[in-house]
Amino acid sequence: MFELLGVSPQALFGQLLLGLINGAFYAMLSLGLAVIFGMLNVVNFAHGALYMTGAFVAWLLLEYAGVGYWAALLLSPLAVALLGIVIERSMLRWLYKLDHLYGLLLTFGLALVIQGLFRNEYGSSGQAYQIPELLQGGQNLGFMFLPNYRAWVVVASLAVCLGTWYVIERTKLGSYLRAATENPALVQTFGINVPRMLTLTYAAGVGLAALAGVMAAPIYNVSPQMGGDLIIIVFAVVVIGGMGSILGSVVTGFGLGLVEGLTKVFFPEASNTVIFVIMAIVLLIKPAGLFGRAA
Amino acid sequence: MAIADTKVAEVSLEATPTALPEHGSLRHHYAAFAVMVALFVAAPYGVYPVFLAKLLCFALFACAFNLLIGFVGLLSFGHAAFWGAAAYASAHFASKGLTVTPFTVLGLSIPINIAIPPFPPELAIVIAVIVAAVFGYVIGKFAIRRQGIYFAMITLAFAQMVFFFALQAKFTGGEDGLQLGPNANRTALGVLDLRSNMALYWFVLGVFLIGFLFIYRVVHSPFGQVLKAIRENEQRAVSLGYHVDRYKLMAFVISAALAGLAGGTKVFVTGSAALGDVNWPMSGEVVLMALLGGMGTIFGPVAGAVVLVAIEELLAERAGAWVSVIQGGIFVLCVLAFRRGIVGEIARLIRKPL
Repeated sequence: MFELLGVSPQALFGQLLLGLINGAFYAMLSLGLAVIFGMLNVVNFAHGALYMTGAFVAWLLLEYAGVGYWAALLLSPLAVALLGIVIERSMLRWLYKLDHLYGLLLTFGLALVIQGLFRNEYGSSGQAYQIPELLQGGQNLGFMFLPNYRAWVVVASLAVCLGTWYVIERTKLGSYLRAATENPALVQTFGINVPRMLTLTYAAGVGLAALAGVMAAPIYNVSPQMGGDLIIIVFAVVVIGGMGSILGSVVTGFGLGLVEGLTKVFFPEASNTVIFVIMAIVLLIKPAGLFGRAA
Repeated sequence: MAIADTKVAEVSLEATPTALPEHGSLRHHYAAFAVMVALFVAAPYGVYPVFLAKLLCFALFACAFNLLIGFVGLLSFGHAAFWGAAAYASAHFASKGLTVTPFTVLGLSIPINIAIPPFPPELAIVIAVIVAAVFGYVIGKFAIRRQGIYFAMITLAFAQMVFFFALQAKFTGGEDGLQLGPNANRTALGVLDLRSNMALYWFVLGVFLIGFLFIYRVVHSPFGQVLKAIRENEQRAVSLGYHVDRYKLMAFVISAALAGLAGGTKVFVTGSAALGDVNWPMSGEVVLMALLGGMGTIFGPVAGAVVLVAIEELLAERAGAWVSVIQGGIFVLCVLAFRRGIVGEIARLIRKPL
């Protein structure tokens, strides 16, 4: 057995896996934020609250309707996407002509409302969510124990991220989306319904957040404040990566998760703040972000 | 970035009645100021003074925040860091004073032995202001490297870093926070005993007025005119030869220091500094106060703070858990339909900037 700087391989790889999982959620959330910001010019502060809503919908489905994990994986993002459509149609669309800051303020207010409603209804303590039967147990890899569910989260979120990248960068629909990001007025004159695209982009972005929420439910407890602290870290991830590139946000998300995991092993006191420190360093060296276009 | 800049200009037109003459007669400012002071002087005879003192602290906090968003066009989502750090500093020095025992660094023993008893409130507050200004300098130095929406995200992230620091550090008391305690020095300026509610109120009113007048002076100085130029069109200010970054950083430090003045004073009202003071909902609350009262107006943040703190006080008894839902709702309503805020709407009605 090898020992690395006095750290057992079990602890090291265990934390790395946890880091990879956190990174998966950072990646999925920052991806959605980047897509929404690209199209709508709104930094969606409600992203964390909608991620939490996704997890809660899954829990509610199981608790009151007996609908299991696999169905929730589809139903919960759909429900949250519907909520997203309502939010975009009724509120966000009135802000497109104003400063971006108003979008941030509005969605901050929405986050407070959503989070507050869930806290009033279900209290602050977390609700446990069972791992689906198919994914219970784990593999012993010799140097560490790999729970099946965690392996699934990493693989599935990678697939979702790459799928999103493929849709945006390699399909016809994605090319419309990219064109509308660059010049909405021109795309509109080509006969493409840009307002509808904005609505659907927002719905897809928050649907992605809800999907991350369902995947997170069996790992963390389902609690009203699970999104509030996460969104701030995701903002730092977005600043580090820059919102210009899809693959950039995915790489940054996973990478920072790993760095956080490593910090937990070697310097646990700093594990909460390491991402903010990295953000400060990136701001000094490359203010536009690692993958961002220069201002 | 060109698009973002034109949008910044748009918003300021929206938020402040800049179309109205800024110069010329400022007599209505003096009148409004006189009314405000008269109200605050009369208020403690009808309303619980400690509640009013807390309200004044938040009003000053909101004014400090408004200096950035209203007059430089920078949205800081991390002002809780300055308010909270100052509160911790103030609570620490007022209750424990300064004690340094000999210690060893890199094998060198440093024979310093300092034991200063608890500081009087005014000195504790001055130190709190310095602490907040230093935090403001460091965070501002990083944050002004990006504009617009990124600025908001960066300040928020750094404030969260300060929060985690406060959570883990020993001297902040972690989850328990710092209590002022029975040993704390509460004799301000050698004569005012802050244990008396009325004395406390007059002391806080004095601090508030100093901060308020200072902000008024800054906004109406040549320095303030440059800040407004940056708000209206940053590129043009650069091409006119102004070191925009220096102006922004200076404004950020002033705003942080005044937020610290408010936070450091608050400790003597509530008797403690706690994690809630550095956490992000506090940053959101001060944004809401400025938004509700009217961003970019002189008196707006005071009005916003009065309304919000009053709402919270009323609700705390009846429906404590609903406070954040109602705050969020006010946020949404203000952004959708009431972007000028209370004082901004009044200013539009009387066609004079307030």
